[in-house]
Amino acid sequence: MAIEAAVPGAGVELVSNPSVCGQHSLRITPEHAMAVARFLRDDDELRLDFLSNVTGVDWPDKEIAEKVKVTRTAKKTVDGVEKEVEETVEETRKHVEPGCLEAVYHLFSMTNKYGPVVIRMRTVNRSDQVELPSLTPIWRSAEFQEREIFDLFGIVFTGHPDLRRLLMWDEFKDHPMRRDYVEPDDFEYEPTAHDEVMERAQEHRAKLVTAETVGAAGQERTDTGA
Amino acid sequence: MAVDEGLKIELGKQGVFVTTIEELYNWGRRSSIWPMQFGLACCAIEMIATTMARYDLARFGAEVFRPSPRQADMMIISGTVTKKMAPQVVRLYNQMAEPKYVIAMGACAISGGPFKQGYNVLKGIDRYIPVDVHIPGCPPRPEALIQAFMTLQKKIDGQHLTGPDRPRHLNAEAQGEFPVPVQGEHDLEPTSNPGVWPVPITIR
Repeated sequence: MAIEAAVPGAGVELVSNPSVCGQHSLRITPEHAMAVARFLRDDDELRLDFLSNVTGVDWPDKEIAEKVKVTRTAKKTVDGVEKEVEETVEETRKHVEPGCLEAVYHLFSMTNKYGPVVIRMRTVNRSDQVELPSLTPIWRSAEFQEREIFDLFGIVFTGHPDLRRLLMWDEFKDHPMRRDYVEPDDFEYEPTAHDEVMERAQEHRAKLVTAETVGAAGQERTDTGA
Repeated sequence: MAVDEGLKIELGKQGVFVTTIEELYNWGRRSSIWPMQFGLACCAIEMIATTMARYDLARFGAEVFRPSPRQADMMIISGTVTKKMAPQVVRLYNQMAEPKYVIAMGACAISGGPFKQGYNVLKGIDRYIPVDVHIPGCPPRPEALIQAFMTLQKKIDGQHLTGPDRPRHLNAEAQGEFPVPVQGEHDLEPTSNPGVWPVPITIR
């Protein structure tokens, strides 16, 4: 591949998209991202000079349960005689595959008139190692979009000229577009509740009922005390 | 105390015009409500269309939209109120001089609208400021905004100058400034103002 030739050591992997749109993407490693991006923009044949969209993806942690056949030696009584016998038992082992956050870039070429070329970059994990290099020095249109991804997913873009929250206010702590985001409890009035909204509204009402009973009990205690 | 209609007409035939101070006062107030330039989202486009040539709002008294809250009588909350913008809306409302009125235009301003479950959407501006007229619609047509304006004018007509239900600007004890919500770590604090928005009870 031309990219691998131009940027030595850049690990580029093809991620194919089996859906109808067929937009296959290239996965690049964060260490070589700047060099790869500069090559993509400056090479005469490719000339991908227009970055139209940057999105974030949240890959949550996956718990994988697999059945494994394990041979163990166990003491068993066979025909009245205690013997050590080897037996194969099926065990389910669970392990957690850590998820990651991902940034996806859609590139077009205005001069050579083709596109889109999709590139992806993944962080190491979702909790503490969430840095990715910012491609704003190469394509200016990434500036606001990377700010939005920082706001909604939490990916920290190193080298970004002005990394602040864009849609939410600066003191906000959560990252709303992550899979594990829970909306705050402002479900006081939901006239047309259904599915998830109905559950949250019922939880809210349950909380109100317990608060009332606790309040009433407190009132009784003060009355008898006085 | 309004004047009896029959008496008014009889006297009118004789060339005598009878009215009460209350009627005159309210007529002056309702015929010249100047809104504040406050468009947030798509409903703002409909509000602009209402002020333009085809559905002229100026014929009803909204002669000019003042940019400064100090010089405006009414605030048309048109569009989705985001939680990021909500403290600013309440601050602007506090800065308006009495008498002031609020029209909540569109589903988003009434209760969050189609984006109610969004992470940044405030579920209705009437959680923090008192709203006089609600206009349902997404967006409401310019005729609906004109009807809301006329409803507000009727409401102003019905306000009495004395008595317990007199409007806020004649009532020294009434509260005209409402607390501005603080943008906390996960949500606005408080989520609503219980003095302004008593939670509607759903009877199933």
